[in-house]
Amino acid sequence: MRKVLLATFLGSAAALAVGSASANDELIKMSQNPKDWVMPTGDYANTRYSKLNQINAQNVGKLQVAWTFSTGVLRGHEGGPLIIGNVMYVHTPFPNKVYAIDLSNENKIIWKYEPKQDPNVIPVMCCDTVNRGLAYGDGKIFLHQADTTLVALDAKTGQVAWSSKNGDPSKGETGTSAPMVIKDKVLIGISGGEFGVQAHMSAYDIKTGKLAWRGYSEGPDNQILVDAEKTTALGKPVGKDSSLKTWQGDQWKIGGGATWGWISYDPELNLVYYGSGNPSTWNPKQRPGDNKWSMTIWARNPDTGVAKWVYQMTPHDEWDYDGVNEMILSDQSINGQPRKLLTHFDRNGLGYTLDRATGELLVAEKYDPKVNWTSGVDMDKNSPTYGRPKVLDAASTDKAGEDHNVKGICPAALGTKDEQPAAYSPDTQLFYVPTNHVCMDYEPFKVSYTAGQPYVGATLSMYPPAGETHMGNFIAWDGKTGKIVWSNKEQFSVWSGALATAGGVVFYGTLEGYLKAVDAKTGKELYKFKTPSGIIGNVTTYENGGKQYVAVLSGVGGWAGIGLAAGLTDPTAGLGAVGGYAALSNYTALGGTLTVFSLPN
Amino acid sequence: MILVASGGIAVAEGPGDPTAVKKEDDGKWLDKEGNPTYKISADGTVDWFTYSGYRRYHSDCHVCHGPDGMGSTYAPALKDSVKTMSYGDFLGVVASGRKNISTAQENVMPAFGDNPNVACYMDDLYVYLRARSTEAWGRQRPAKKDEKNEVYTKAEDACMGHK
Repeated sequence: MRKVLLATFLGSAAALAVGSASANDELIKMSQNPKDWVMPTGDYANTRYSKLNQINAQNVGKLQVAWTFSTGVLRGHEGGPLIIGNVMYVHTPFPNKVYAIDLSNENKIIWKYEPKQDPNVIPVMCCDTVNRGLAYGDGKIFLHQADTTLVALDAKTGQVAWSSKNGDPSKGETGTSAPMVIKDKVLIGISGGEFGVQAHMSAYDIKTGKLAWRGYSEGPDNQILVDAEKTTALGKPVGKDSSLKTWQGDQWKIGGGATWGWISYDPELNLVYYGSGNPSTWNPKQRPGDNKWSMTIWARNPDTGVAKWVYQMTPHDEWDYDGVNEMILSDQSINGQPRKLLTHFDRNGLGYTLDRATGELLVAEKYDPKVNWTSGVDMDKNSPTYGRPKVLDAASTDKAGEDHNVKGICPAALGTKDEQPAAYSPDTQLFYVPTNHVCMDYEPFKVSYTAGQPYVGATLSMYPPAGETHMGNFIAWDGKTGKIVWSNKEQFSVWSGALATAGGVVFYGTLEGYLKAVDAKTGKELYKFKTPSGIIGNVTTYENGGKQYVAVLSGVGGWAGIGLAAGLTDPTAGLGAVGGYAALSNYTALGGTLTVFSLPN
Repeated sequence: MILVASGGIAVAEGPGDPTAVKKEDDGKWLDKEGNPTYKISADGTVDWFTYSGYRRYHSDCHVCHGPDGMGSTYAPALKDSVKTMSYGDFLGVVASGRKNISTAQENVMPAFGDNPNVACYMDDLYVYLRARSTEAWGRQRPAKKDEKNEVYTKAEDACMGHK
């Protein structure tokens, strides 16, 4: 180990390029085998679609629990397991345990990894100690620990092959997201948008763990890895100092733009896609300017990190509409023309479809009709505000200013959708989107920055839209036209990642703890089963021994566990009145469990 | 405003009668023991500290402790915690943090003593939570409030380092 590390420090950057394509080719091939689930996102395109069809719309009603597994951890369980051949890899929130389970031998534990981490990282993690999962490549399992240690484990033994420190928790930098293996590198983002971090996407060498490149969300061109002439935004070069010009003074150094969402990749275009989060602080008055490139869809070259194009969705955020949600890649025709598309359901309530080769904006429409902070995005290419959302004065916390409470903004800060990933079925050409249906009051005020301390600067209260009592929807979305095809009401926000299958069935979980199966065409509920705890994990499927299984982690928590555990504030309740909304704690309690389903023999 | 940790946490000794008997120059009300407390008029007007505490709570505390002091899946409901804590213990925990680590759970409260966004508003937070603990104030944003006065503003600016 020590020798390897020494070599890493002494070695030059170019020394490790040999054999670089192998991990990539191996993974592309593996991800095409529907029996496995080799990436946290299912595939590079982030479709979360499986070709398995043994479980279908006709028989899914007979589904039953095949086996279960307790993770031994109580906190919120996001993400889902990997399945490679006969082995399943299950991760947990802090303390970030990893279990390798033998699917061919009574689901016995082959190995277990549990890092020793300083518990002082716990309170630096905004919104629970979640972890969104593992990545596989080159015979290793990759985990981004809460303390930002990126660790490579031998997939067969669980032995640590290498580890690298991706950030500094004493500055509020933490690890929550799943890594992604692309070619000869492991890509990983970082959390800490509420602690004023200067967030980045980082790529580590898959063999050694040496940092290959790091692209920040804001800062000088050589830190954000853009080329003033070649990197484009909406078809035009971004120009010199495209980020610096949009911040006051040195504020970019504590500018946020966290990168804890999912990562996608197009091997043909050789581009990696991800979103950057909210600028720090939540008080927009304190950081004048567009705050680039927070709230941005990034397309970067995975070899160099240099950005091909960027698109900022919410310039000068006033509501914490983190832009980190996943980018789903699909090939569909728009106006009769086959296009390489990227579809993204942003926290700001708009569903975007772009050309993923060029970054051209094709569609930007509300995927919850209640979205009211904007009248829409300017789609006129000749307009000086092309590509910008028109912010309505009534919802502008910047216009209202510090110490003013702006009421009735939809969506709330947790967005119309948060990290819970949507799925895309090429069979129906529809996206299946777990959503929040929550509005808020937002009052910004002045805060001061202290390293490693929360840097928030706004007071929020959240509640369902006026006149409604349900706080979530599960919708089917046509990304070509930007229209909702069907929508199922859910009592609580749907905080579980969806799964679409060739069996014509779509799966998702609910905060009460139900795993649900619905008809992909109509949304009709075909099956539900109440798991031991609320579901904020993502649904996965795999085949073993000729049988299709569906697996999901339950274990309520995450941001959903903050507001919803207590029940949301009812702003219309009079003095002394009791809030009318049932609390999630009446339905479920903590506890991490993997539940695996199959059809009866 | 530098606060010193108060050693061990004595349990079960609550803050006692919350009735406000005396008003300080900065608009803060005190109970008969001399501890900060809330003052809410019959028409729902809250004192400045209750309002300010509401606001600061929902910026820096609610991401763990839930809206309105109600708790979350991983942090306790402070509206209940302050029932069995003295004012001094409250200040100690906020300033120095605490760890509650068992084989089942690891709960860690960070130290906020160096964070002016919290440390400058400890009394505000305490007063708000005290009002929540007795249900003198409910689960909503205060609509009517006493205004911030000059003595408070001066002290706030000095503590936060504003000019």
